[in-house]
Amino acid sequence: MTAYIAKRLLALIPVLFGLTLIVFLIMALIPGDPARAILGAYATPENLERLNRQLGLDRSMPEQYLIWLGNLLQGDLGRSYSLNRPVIDEVMERFSATLILAGTALVICSVLGLLAGIISAVRQFGWTDRIVTFFVLIGISTPSFFLGLLLILLFAVQLRWFPASGMYAIYGGGDLPDLIRHLVLPSLTLAAVATGVIARLTRTAMLEVLRQDYIRTARAKGLTERKVIYRHAFKAALVSVIPVIGIQAGFVLGGAVYIETVFQWPGIGAMLVNAISTRDILLVQGGVLVVAASYVLFNLAADVVQSILDPRLRR
Amino acid sequence: MSAVTEPAAAPPKRADRPDSIRLLLNNKMAAGGFIILVLMVLVALIAPLLPLADPNATAPANRLLRPMSEGHLLGTDALGRDILSRIIWGLRVSLAVGISATLISAFFGSLIGLTAGYVGGRTDTIMMRGIDMVMAFPYILLALAIVAVLGPGLINALYAIAIVNIPFFARNIRGVTLGLSRREFVDSARMSGKSHTRILFTEILPNVMPVIVITMSTTVGWMILETAGLSFLGLGAQPPQADLGSMLGDGRRVLFNAPHVAIVPGIVIFLLVMSINLFGDGVRDVLDPRLKSGALTRPVARTAVERPPGEPMPAADDNAVLDVKGLKTEFHLGRTVHKAVGGVDLKLGQTECLGIVGESGSGKSVTAMSIMGLVPTPPGRITGGAIRLKGEDLLAASDARIRQLRGGAVSHVFQDPLATLHPLFTVGHQIMEAVRTHQPVGHAEARKKARDLLELVRIPNPEQRLDSYPHELSGGMRQRVSIAMALANDAELLIADEPTTALDVTVQAQILVLMNKLRHEKQASILFITHDFGVVSALCDRIAVMYAGRIVETGPTEQILADPAHPYTRKLIDCVPVLGEPERRLDAIQGLPPSVADLPSGCAFAPRCPRAQEPCLAGDVALEPIAEGRAARCLFPLAGERGNA
Repeated sequence: MTAYIAKRLLALIPVLFGLTLIVFLIMALIPGDPARAILGAYATPENLERLNRQLGLDRSMPEQYLIWLGNLLQGDLGRSYSLNRPVIDEVMERFSATLILAGTALVICSVLGLLAGIISAVRQFGWTDRIVTFFVLIGISTPSFFLGLLLILLFAVQLRWFPASGMYAIYGGGDLPDLIRHLVLPSLTLAAVATGVIARLTRTAMLEVLRQDYIRTARAKGLTERKVIYRHAFKAALVSVIPVIGIQAGFVLGGAVYIETVFQWPGIGAMLVNAISTRDILLVQGGVLVVAASYVLFNLAADVVQSILDPRLRR
Repeated sequence: MSAVTEPAAAPPKRADRPDSIRLLLNNKMAAGGFIILVLMVLVALIAPLLPLADPNATAPANRLLRPMSEGHLLGTDALGRDILSRIIWGLRVSLAVGISATLISAFFGSLIGLTAGYVGGRTDTIMMRGIDMVMAFPYILLALAIVAVLGPGLINALYAIAIVNIPFFARNIRGVTLGLSRREFVDSARMSGKSHTRILFTEILPNVMPVIVITMSTTVGWMILETAGLSFLGLGAQPPQADLGSMLGDGRRVLFNAPHVAIVPGIVIFLLVMSINLFGDGVRDVLDPRLKSGALTRPVARTAVERPPGEPMPAADDNAVLDVKGLKTEFHLGRTVHKAVGGVDLKLGQTECLGIVGESGSGKSVTAMSIMGLVPTPPGRITGGAIRLKGEDLLAASDARIRQLRGGAVSHVFQDPLATLHPLFTVGHQIMEAVRTHQPVGHAEARKKARDLLELVRIPNPEQRLDSYPHELSGGMRQRVSIAMALANDAELLIADEPTTALDVTVQAQILVLMNKLRHEKQASILFITHDFGVVSALCDRIAVMYAGRIVETGPTEQILADPAHPYTRKLIDCVPVLGEPERRLDAIQGLPPSVADLPSGCAFAPRCPRAQEPCLAGDVALEPIAEGRAARCLFPLAGERGNA
């Protein structure tokens, strides 16, 4: 098992290099003068000159990449001109807020999605199945940014149960209960689509597994139906659902862009949207890189969990 | 006679268009989605012809009017513009952008996928590595990065969404192409000197098309949603241009005092995406029937029993361990009823071994699985007869009682041990589970018992093997594990369904010797299902030969082997290869067994039988006694005329 994880970690290195290459290439494709694009329209000629030298824009592309990569490895992602602070500081601060939101949403969608999927499969064609299928359809068809607005209207404006925006109350608060109160609506909104997708796939996976020969064996052994479903069938279904949860981590991290904007959550998604509007390219670069790297790690975690469940994958 | 001997050819299968569309419209959800989608597209198309207000005409005096106001059915927005008109024009933009993005993605993605899959080798590796790299990004994020470079704007958002979806197409299409390019028809096209480009476009593309269409139908909803999302964030459509997303974004600014400005475009996006999803699911079901939801029905814990009320219960037989009388098991698939078992009688005494022999599809396994209710329902159900275990009516027993008997008094060994053992639990865990389900023992004791059981079935190093997973064992070892599991609770009846079929011959022999030994040591009766007469002769006391769901001959093993009465039995025996008799006829029996959905009126074997005569087709043939302990379902049984049938 340890050997397997070590192998996977090693295999991670080229993927992470690939990420940096793509991020670098995208930014290198900016039309016009990159220094001006990075520093904005009101940059002084001295600053432009300095940045051009710093980025080595007079050199060849591979050289530029290596310089950029070298800086990156030292934790230097450049300086955000619109915020006038190092990109790495801003990104890390914002990323922790996103991680709280996305992590909560990921837990919610995994638990709810798996439960709904199992129940729906076990009660196939019954009322519960129909209700779950209906909500799944609604869930995956509703734009998350629209769902967020609806939840704000209902729970923040009408019922006044939860706050509509921010991560903490402006005056006072800042403790855990306050955080949780602010977390409820955005995390539910962010989890909605992923819950639907996971529920759907769990249902299919369960139905697929319940037809397998080893389920007949479990029944032939005289196991109770509860053990057959929740131990034998669920474990096998989980193996095929885990990678999907890993993929959903990407949609949750990406979806945070909308949700953070709607709920004014001080995360990296909202930061990216602002950075794009102000054309703060280095900030966009840093933000995209960190989120993409975290997605790779989420997927690695999913792979490891999957191999813990399925010994056949540990090779 | 030739009309009878030829098996009826299946009607040629046609997968033509009208059929697919009818299939699609039969799916109510898909049809509903399709109708909404068509309506929306129609409205968007004829927007210039509709008597709508100018979508961009501002009227500050009429700002934020509620829906149903005079002249403004859906109200007005913050600048007093008519929402209905803006929605329809916005829908036009959103549809155009979403569909264009899908087409662009599909085109480039398919091109990459076709090339990588067809060329293979290094080109494939390099292209797919690139695709994997791109897919390592959460895709909305990548779209944001692209918009960041190109600058906000609707067309740039379109490009961004199209680009990030290319990998999905490339991957799906590459997989299918890879499979196709190794097929015979492509090889023959290559031999005939067609150029690679022509092969790609005339041979492969038509076959890949369904996959492209499925991928398009499942992604177009996402693309509309994501472009709307970018516009919502202010990175897509820029004023005065508006799509549904940017309208929702505008509405958000006045959410608290005029929620309708946001809700109306939100609902339209929702309806659009939902109808596309419903329709897409329908398309997928039609083009890829394996995924069809209806095909995946969950079998319940026990076969449904639907004996016709008032049917007299056949009399019980006292001294039998297992007594089956008139068993009927059917499968209901759509409107057709497959009578898999059509009235079977079996009797099994203490420590007796009865072999049920027949071709696949003869109903032998279904008969065996019916005993403990292990035939999957749906589609199977038991529709008649009685099954008694030591006098107890199993079809009338409670579920709890059946559970108690399963793995307890009656245990099973199935055919393919790789499929029948749970791949994710150690063999020790699985055997211990069998022990602890029926015996009140703790973990340590159950483990000791499991160890002893592995020893009993002669598995070397049993203690270590307990912690092995099924895939770590050889086929023979796995089957020993299955047998050990079946012996965990001193079963009185062992039902073995082709337990040696998946194994090679030497292992087969070992397993048979083992089962025979265990039968005498453990005083168990065995019901042994097989298609192989060679296996039967090694183990079984008596034989029942099944054909088309019924027993056609039964009697003691040696007698039947030496002197079969039914022509079908005779044919089956002739199929067993014997070493040193190369001239022996190994030709399989001509023709195919009849479909149990549509049985001929007379003897089911008559169409394949060399001895068939007119009376054979006239009516039902009964299972008649022909000698002491023997019976055959044949009007013209063979009688010692071996060799010239």
